[in-house]
Amino acid sequence: MRRRAGLGAIQKQKLEQEKYKDKGNEIQENQFEQMTKQLEVFKINLEEFATKHKNEIRKNPEFRKQFQEMCASIGVDPLSSGKGFWSVLGIGDFYYELAVQIVEVCLATNYKNGGLIGLDELRTRLIKARGQSKQHQEISKDDLIRAAQKLKIFGSGFNVVPMGKGKYMVQSVPGELSMDHSAILQQAEKNQAFVSVSYLRRELSWEMERSQKALEHMVNQGLAWVDLQNPQEKLYYFPSLFTACVNASS
Amino acid sequence: MNRVKYTNPILLDGESTVIVENNVRLYDGDQKTSFEGGELIITTHRILWGRPGAIARGQTCLALNFDLIVFVEEEPASTFSFSRSRKVILHLAECQDQSDGPQYNSYYNFIKLSFRDGYTNNVIGVLNDLLQKKTWEPLSPETPEAPEVKSQLPTIKLRTGIVGIERSLQEKQKATDESISVAFQDLSKLMAMAKDMVRLSGTISTKIKEKQGDITEDETVRFKSYLMSLGIDDPVTRDSYKSDNQYYKSLAKQISEFLVSHVEEMGGMMALTDVFCRVNRARSLELLSPEDILNACRVMESLDLPLKLFQFNSGVMVLQLRTLDDESIAEATAILVDDRNSLSAEELSQQLGISLTLAKERLLTTEKYGKCCRDDSIEGLRFYPNLFLTKEE
Repeated sequence: MRRRAGLGAIQKQKLEQEKYKDKGNEIQENQFEQMTKQLEVFKINLEEFATKHKNEIRKNPEFRKQFQEMCASIGVDPLSSGKGFWSVLGIGDFYYELAVQIVEVCLATNYKNGGLIGLDELRTRLIKARGQSKQHQEISKDDLIRAAQKLKIFGSGFNVVPMGKGKYMVQSVPGELSMDHSAILQQAEKNQAFVSVSYLRRELSWEMERSQKALEHMVNQGLAWVDLQNPQEKLYYFPSLFTACVNASS
Repeated sequence: MNRVKYTNPILLDGESTVIVENNVRLYDGDQKTSFEGGELIITTHRILWGRPGAIARGQTCLALNFDLIVFVEEEPASTFSFSRSRKVILHLAECQDQSDGPQYNSYYNFIKLSFRDGYTNNVIGVLNDLLQKKTWEPLSPETPEAPEVKSQLPTIKLRTGIVGIERSLQEKQKATDESISVAFQDLSKLMAMAKDMVRLSGTISTKIKEKQGDITEDETVRFKSYLMSLGIDDPVTRDSYKSDNQYYKSLAKQISEFLVSHVEEMGGMMALTDVFCRVNRARSLELLSPEDILNACRVMESLDLPLKLFQFNSGVMVLQLRTLDDESIAEATAILVDDRNSLSAEELSQQLGISLTLAKERLLTTEKYGKCCRDDSIEGLRFYPNLFLTKEE
């Protein structure tokens, strides 16, 4: 068909565009229909999966972790709403209850460690608090980290701080813990829960000002205590790392 | 139910009764059969069911051999459990022998025993025990354990001993492993489907953003609800949907009603972490996610509820009484600071009985209005009355 000029051609073009638009809508509607259908199928499959494997998820921390990782990799958060599709798996209640318990433990130990608790200590206390019944199945570190991360959105300062070598601290008060502060904590852990300015210079090659600034900030935040008994210099102790604190029953 | 046979209740050689229960009904899979109100006898070899008194009189009854039972479990209690009787599910193996039974064919691979009056003995424990010990199997000479086992020992002692326990543990472990790998396979299939949908939803949301095509209001709303139920966090749809949602509105009302008196007691403010804990502790079942609570709190203001969400500059979020506002807090706190000449967050929190974070926020708010000054030292943060403004010089 030869392209024509003139009014007729313009009108024809308009008509064509309309038709394309309609077709586009149609295809898009189909897309929407498609999604609705897919969702239905998915829901049924999910329910089947839940009936078969609900117990697995509840009892097996490895499986839970795998499940969470897969969800994260495709961009889905199964814990974002208690009413979503994923609630049929029953994992929501598990994580939310864990989160509540984490808050309680952190508040209870706050006076000792200033709002910073090691993940291992948190886990031990939680296991003790949850009781011996079979329902309170084993909780892995991954479970704790995920539950604690969820609390971040409240803005009250809950945060999981990685300390390297697979160790984590859970923070429950607002306050920034910079890389320097985490490094200090790591050093303190190796050295029976205390450091000094000279120790930091030896181990990390830090200047005096840098160490002092970081240490003073931590004292300010209540995370570190000053010990003046050493004749040479001040020592800084970290109650969050005290084994006596960690092993205490209260 | 096709594995159940008609039989004579005379005990076989070496068979003995273990427990007896009354008023039991048999289910073929999930369907009731006409065999109800009967007596159930569990022996070392079989499970016998008969009409009341039939077994005692030696009349025909039903029998299920133990070697056909693969797995025993109790039916998990449902919401109606207070009106339902306790049920035990027996998963069965395939049966070749189609002789004389009440039902020739069955769709199901399991039967249920329904104990109308509950059961007095530990039925599940006994069944599992008998299954493990395989008490119906005949004596076999090559069992390696316990050399002192002589042939006159009753059959029930066989397959016990350390090797027997080890074997059953191994079997259990194998079964768990198998079920987990099946679970993982199912999981991967499920995830592949979910991935597909995420991609599709991405396309649709771009369309919405660019407002191409005539996607109707109704469809948009539905689409947003899909995203929410899948847990996909999509910036295009995040805020607007959540404020319209009926679910969040009713949640907001519930939470507000529940907490308003507590918040008053605590001086008019409660941190959201606290809200989360209290609400979930009160619910104990069907807990709310942190996002649910946050979204519910967000809509409170628009619903004219007595509580509203407030966010401080530092990011801390609280629920506070609608009647409370910054300036009155600042005034009140400034008076306290004046009285004591200086205040730290710890002291204020002790005095007012509120949490440390909230006390700190109050002091910061007071400072923002210029009614106090801070003194930041290694000893911590203290606040003093603002003499720059008040002292006339």
